Amino acid sequence: MTAPIRRALILLVRFLVGARADWRGCAPSTTQRIYFANHGSHLDTVAVMAALPWSLRRLTHPVAARDYWGRNAVLRWIAEVGLRAVLIDRKPVRGDDPLAPAAAVLDRGRSILIFPEGTRGSGEEMGPFRGGLHRMAARFPEVELIPVHLDNLQRILPKGSLLIVPITCTARFGAPIRLEPGEDKGAFLRRARQSVMDLVA
Amino acid sequence: MNGPLLHVVGTILTILVVASLVGFVLQRRTTDEKAMATVRNLNARTRSWWVMVVVLGGAIWAGATTTILLFALLSFTALREFWTLTPARRGDQLALFLSFFLVLPIHYCLLLDRWYGLMAIFIPVYAFLILPALSTLAGDAKDFLARSAKVQWGLMLCVYAVSHAPALLLLDTGMPSALLLVYLVVVVQLSDVFQYVWGKLIGKRRFAPGISPSKTLEGLIGGGLTAILVGVLLRGLTPFSVVEAAAMSAVIVTAGFFGGFVLSAIKRDLGAKDWGYVIEGHGGVLDRIDSLIFAAPLFFHFTRYFWNA
Repeated sequence: MTAPIRRALILLVRFLVGARADWRGCAPSTTQRIYFANHGSHLDTVAVMAALPWSLRRLTHPVAARDYWGRNAVLRWIAEVGLRAVLIDRKPVRGDDPLAPAAAVLDRGRSILIFPEGTRGSGEEMGPFRGGLHRMAARFPEVELIPVHLDNLQRILPKGSLLIVPITCTARFGAPIRLEPGEDKGAFLRRARQSVMDLVA
Repeated sequence: MNGPLLHVVGTILTILVVASLVGFVLQRRTTDEKAMATVRNLNARTRSWWVMVVVLGGAIWAGATTTILLFALLSFTALREFWTLTPARRGDQLALFLSFFLVLPIHYCLLLDRWYGLMAIFIPVYAFLILPALSTLAGDAKDFLARSAKVQWGLMLCVYAVSHAPALLLLDTGMPSALLLVYLVVVVQLSDVFQYVWGKLIGKRRFAPGISPSKTLEGLIGGGLTAILVGVLLRGLTPFSVVEAAAMSAVIVTAGFFGGFVLSAIKRDLGAKDWGYVIEGHGGVLDRIDSLIFAAPLFFHFTRYFWNA
């Protein structure tokens, strides 16, 4: 029963934001991957999922913030059932790893989609990446790290607006990067952020 | 099915079958890498033509409602392409939202309702005045004139002008009105194709290389005359005499030429090569319907003025 609803959800997103995939640096593949993308609006999770072909989408779990997607039953249902999302606490109890549920998904051999900025930037500029991506890269060295850039999302649904303007969002997938031996956390995160910025237009 | 229509459908299908066969043979014969790219592009274009012919033909065959809904969808996609390339500010969010989700649906509902009087003024009077008025509420005066003009032109080109093609279905000229739509679309699209071919063959004098390097005087004249000849041959779809068909085709051809030109100029201004990507080999919807945008309102009003009962 959920399959046709999922399909309808993806079709609706494609209708509203285009959600075109542009495979710049890698081909679509069912290889286990960590997709990491810039965070532009609440639509970005659905935009990337809609841009992925079905065969990849069913193996990919977006990591989403519980404080937004868990707010009410409808959003929660869309996230957990419609998008197969893993909900995480952005401000966890001290000592807990907020990304533990995402790691569990990777342990099962699935791919994940994360937004390393953590919170939506307010302007055009991308925020600094937080440490989660580095921890994942260190813990799962064999998983490909794919940078993803989403354009126009700020214009489709600006922060604080409820009105969607259905212009086309393109998801650009770049060449895989990996954590180099001896590379420190800061350098890796800056390089990862740059790999997303390099995909602009 | 009326005789001339049968000829049109038969000819279009024959051309597409031949083009597909030629493309298939070329694809098997070609080995050189560069020629292969050209052949692939040609085949992509042929495939897209198949889709366009089947979708539009199917909609027209299914009836007025389906046709109008198809054009509403085309308008929506065209407007999306327009605003994907055109920069806007945060203060335009409401005007843009209403363009897509209120103005466009209301305009096409008026068409479905065959309420010509309101349809003709809804966008130029109500939308053009109300949308900038609402934009002032955002309190952002930066580039306000340019921003309002963009909102208006987006609606003018992508919604108002385009909708005059399906609006032909409202006319009563004594002929089945769907045939007028077939006539307009065939003449305007063939005019594009012929202008391109003639321009490639003998084109020398370019109109404005800064806007569109491929548009030449020879292309316009050669392609235009060929399209007018087709327009005369197809007059069985219309209430026109030979001279009238030639004159109406000349209107379609000239308007179509400048439609392509104006949309190219806007594209250049915005620094893009294509409007979009949805039609394989052609670019976006706006790349394919640019000439129709200018030809449809003129063809509609001439026909309405002289032939509407």
